[in-house]
Amino acid sequence: MSFQAKRLCKLTLGPVLMLTSALVLAAGGETSQVNMSPGVTEVGKNIYDLHMIILGICTVIGLGVFGVMFYSIIYHRKSRGVAPATFHESTAVEIAWTVVPFLILILMAVPATSTLLQIYDNDDADLDILVTGYQWKWKYEYINENGENVSFFSNLKTAQGEIHNLEAKGEHYLLEVDEPLVIPVDKKVRFLVTANDVIHSWWVPALAVKKDAIPGFINETWARVEQTGVYRGQCAELCGTNHGFMPIVVNVVDQSEFDQWLGEKEKDAAAVKKLMAQNFTLDELMARGKSVYARNCQACHGANGEGGVGKAIAGSPIATGDLATHMDVVIHGVPGTAMQAFGGQLNDVDMAAVLTYQRSAFGNNMGDKVQPIDVFNHKKG
Amino acid sequence: MGDYHHGPAKGLSRWLFTTNHKDIGTMYLWFSFAMFILGGSFAMVIRAELFEPGMQLVDPAFFNQMTTLHGLVMVFGAIMPSFVGLANWLIPMMIGAPDMALPRMNNWSFWILPPTFLVLASTLFMEGGAPAFGWTFYAPLSTTYAPPSVTFFIFSIHVLGLSSIMGSINIIATVMNMRAPGMTYMKMPLFVWTWLITAFLLVAVMPVLAGAVTMMLMDIHFGTSFFSAAGGGDPVLFQHVFWFFGHPEVYIIILPAFGVISQVIPAFSRKPLFGYASMVYATASIAFLSFIVWAHHMFTVGMPVAGELFFMYATMLIAVPTGVKVFNWVTTMWRGALTFETPMLFAIGFLILFTIGGFTGLMLAIAPADFQYHDSYFVVAHFHYVMVAGAVFSMSAGIYFWLPKWCGRMYNEAMGKTHFWISFIGFNLAFFPQHFVGLAGMPRRIPDYALQFADFNMMSSIGAFIYGASQILFLYNVIATIVAGKPVSDEKVWDGAEGLEWTLPTPAPYHTFETPPLVK
Ligand code: HEC
Ligand code: HEM
Ligand SMILES: [Cu+2]
Ligand SMILES: [Cu+2]
Repeated sequence: MSFQAKRLCKLTLGPVLMLTSALVLAAGGETSQVNMSPGVTEVGKNIYDLHMIILGICTVIGLGVFGVMFYSIIYHRKSRGVAPATFHESTAVEIAWTVVPFLILILMAVPATSTLLQIYDNDDADLDILVTGYQWKWKYEYINENGENVSFFSNLKTAQGEIHNLEAKGEHYLLEVDEPLVIPVDKKVRFLVTANDVIHSWWVPALAVKKDAIPGFINETWARVEQTGVYRGQCAELCGTNHGFMPIVVNVVDQSEFDQWLGEKEKDAAAVKKLMAQNFTLDELMARGKSVYARNCQACHGANGEGGVGKAIAGSPIATGDLATHMDVVIHGVPGTAMQAFGGQLNDVDMAAVLTYQRSAFGNNMGDKVQPIDVFNHKKG
Repeated sequence: MGDYHHGPAKGLSRWLFTTNHKDIGTMYLWFSFAMFILGGSFAMVIRAELFEPGMQLVDPAFFNQMTTLHGLVMVFGAIMPSFVGLANWLIPMMIGAPDMALPRMNNWSFWILPPTFLVLASTLFMEGGAPAFGWTFYAPLSTTYAPPSVTFFIFSIHVLGLSSIMGSINIIATVMNMRAPGMTYMKMPLFVWTWLITAFLLVAVMPVLAGAVTMMLMDIHFGTSFFSAAGGGDPVLFQHVFWFFGHPEVYIIILPAFGVISQVIPAFSRKPLFGYASMVYATASIAFLSFIVWAHHMFTVGMPVAGELFFMYATMLIAVPTGVKVFNWVTTMWRGALTFETPMLFAIGFLILFTIGGFTGLMLAIAPADFQYHDSYFVVAHFHYVMVAGAVFSMSAGIYFWLPKWCGRMYNEAMGKTHFWISFIGFNLAFFPQHFVGLAGMPRRIPDYALQFADFNMMSSIGAFIYGASQILFLYNVIATIVAGKPVSDEKVWDGAEGLEWTLPTPAPYHTFETPPLVK
């Protein structure tokens, strides 16, 4: 092997090693995606095209620049006995490589502008959904001009055991929720995005939608999905401790299926209203409270009430003390801490259940029942 | 002051009270290396946690503290002070001045740094933990929802800003007033030029950062609502103010690096820098443009479309002068007589990898595409290509290049080259796959991730450990050189090196250019 050849080998070793390992992994595990996906919306395809064009332009320029550089590295080395040239400027060349990139950029700006304008065309939506970011879950509210809005929270469903490596991780690890957003296919759905506490960002790559959720402001964005299916995303803006654990799942269905689903949701809402007037037994409250706790409180207060981000519930002076104070804490939250106001997030039935549960679970033995009507009265003051 | 030609004082007081630009430069460099190790160890914690899906080593709250402190320490503790150190050592020697213009302030601007970082690091042990809101500290996460230690963080930022402003004023004063006779502006080495422009950027934007943290302080402690919508304020205002500082800041980091590369490549190509004048103009236009592109970090906050278009076009424009620089460096190598000592290897590494980072920057500038890239690992890959392979590689190039001049001893070339190759491979293994996971949809700043990102994250972690380990070799090589390197006495050290600093004796004496040289 000649000296140059050896040299060349050495110089290319790094990138080659890296690329091959990347390719081997990419080919070996079919799960490893290496590029943006065009997704399932027209906007997404346009963005994908922009991405590929600009990537192509960069690759061509890069090959040119690196080609010249490697030519020099190989042929203009001192060990070949070359005498260095002395030129150090050339107005023509310098103008050329200022003007040509400028022109390329103007060409690039044209499709970029038109796609941007398309993204910003928020008018004439078929359906409006208010998306609200909370620490650390999403709330979806279907705006219904002639009736009650349907709304619900969407929480991470992945079990703590999976996260802490105690059980096997499922296929959609960290990308699964208890209740997905459901939208109809081929309809222009407008998302009104806001937040309750800090800034979040609602991102579903397949829909090519990413919009910051900012407290006090409502951002608009939209998607017209062309294919039914389940699409997954995540919060994209650092929003505190559990930022990595607030996924988004969008279930895109046919219009008829959507109508049916929305109808059921409306019925459920009516049913909860009825429950509000009902009295429950301790067992009923405890059973319901357990699941409410698991969904809404466990992430901070621990599966056994041992605490974590939040204080321990087991033996807590609040949960084993005066009921009114306990209600205050959960309904209005503790300002300036991670303990949010759950008054607007849980309906009165769930609120009553979780309060009862906290007072009599984890070794707490208050044994008292909180009924929906108590919560209602407390809220009224 | 009987004996003007005194040497350094003895013991600790030499370092505490020194006003000598070389001593202060040395302290800056060692301090920044210490911060590089500290920030690097935070990064190792991050990459260890991300080695596999699932939470293994740390909890999410601590993870966020690590990402925050890693960013802050690397930007404000490692990269910025390291280039100030280089400036202290080199600017007087390059322009034929005996010292910096304001030597006492020079001492002060260094010595306020270590206690400040002590304060910042101590927040890790405070109740509620260290700041956990990212190095960009977006409100209201950094105000209403911040841990109590945020007040110490604000204090640290204020003092760091003070240090930077003092350092910059010093550099501006030195370059404007202390050039040797005949050293006109257009004869100054590019490193001096890039630092002069950087210093102006710093003086312009550090007060803006101070304003941002002061508003935070007011919101937290004095009942104002600058950034709280509930009180009539605007959380997005924070981002505008922050990025009005933040974007120029990234050029503050990279321009001195450009300067180093512009000294190293000609030396090992044995050919003058191509397009000196256009380099100066390109640097100045990058600096100017850097003030009007800040909202490209905010394409998804819901700006009006006109704003969106303006910031997209302006950002795309930055690629032009950046391209000019790259073309000039490559043309400098063209038909030179190249050798590949360690500084040149790092410079070539810089050239390749920084260019890749510039390309991804151009991609990020395309606003509609940025809706997919933003806050994903693609951005993380982008800025590590420009900051690590850009700023840190050029710093390594600079240290290997000037170290023999400073201490009169040659570093171990084989070890230097090994350091380069391990760094280069480790760096790319760590950060190239991050482009892939970012494009596939992995958000940044998450402590755990979905299974489809697992392979590339593991690669990334392995690469990061390799890169981290290679810095120990660097440390060893530098210490071994200073203590027992092969003595060099040749003034030029490198046969292709040009500039006033190479006319001085090797090692550079404690006091240099007490009588200014005449520059023809
Ligand atoms: C995001 C984390 C988080 C979630 C979710 C959360 N809490 Fe809390 N909770 C906290 C924190 C933090 C505190 C401590 C506040 C303080 O400093 O006084 C707290 C305190 C409490 C207390 C008072 C305990 C005491 O001894 O002071 C009660 C009761 C409580 N939470 C109930 C709930 C209930 C019920 C839910 C679910 C519906 C819930 N929390 C969900 C974080 C959380
Ligand atoms: C061609 C030149 C460059 C262009 C066009 C460019 C463009 C961009 C854009 C548009 C973003 C925002 C991406 C997003 O958050 O969605 C970004 C992020 C970033 N860039 Fe660059 N960039 C360039 C060079 C540089 C350089 C030289 C540096 C520093 C040395 C740098 C450092 C950063 C950093 C640190 C971030 C991320 C900040 C954060 O959110 O934490 N960039 N760049
Ligand atoms: Cu988030
Ligand atoms: Cu920027």
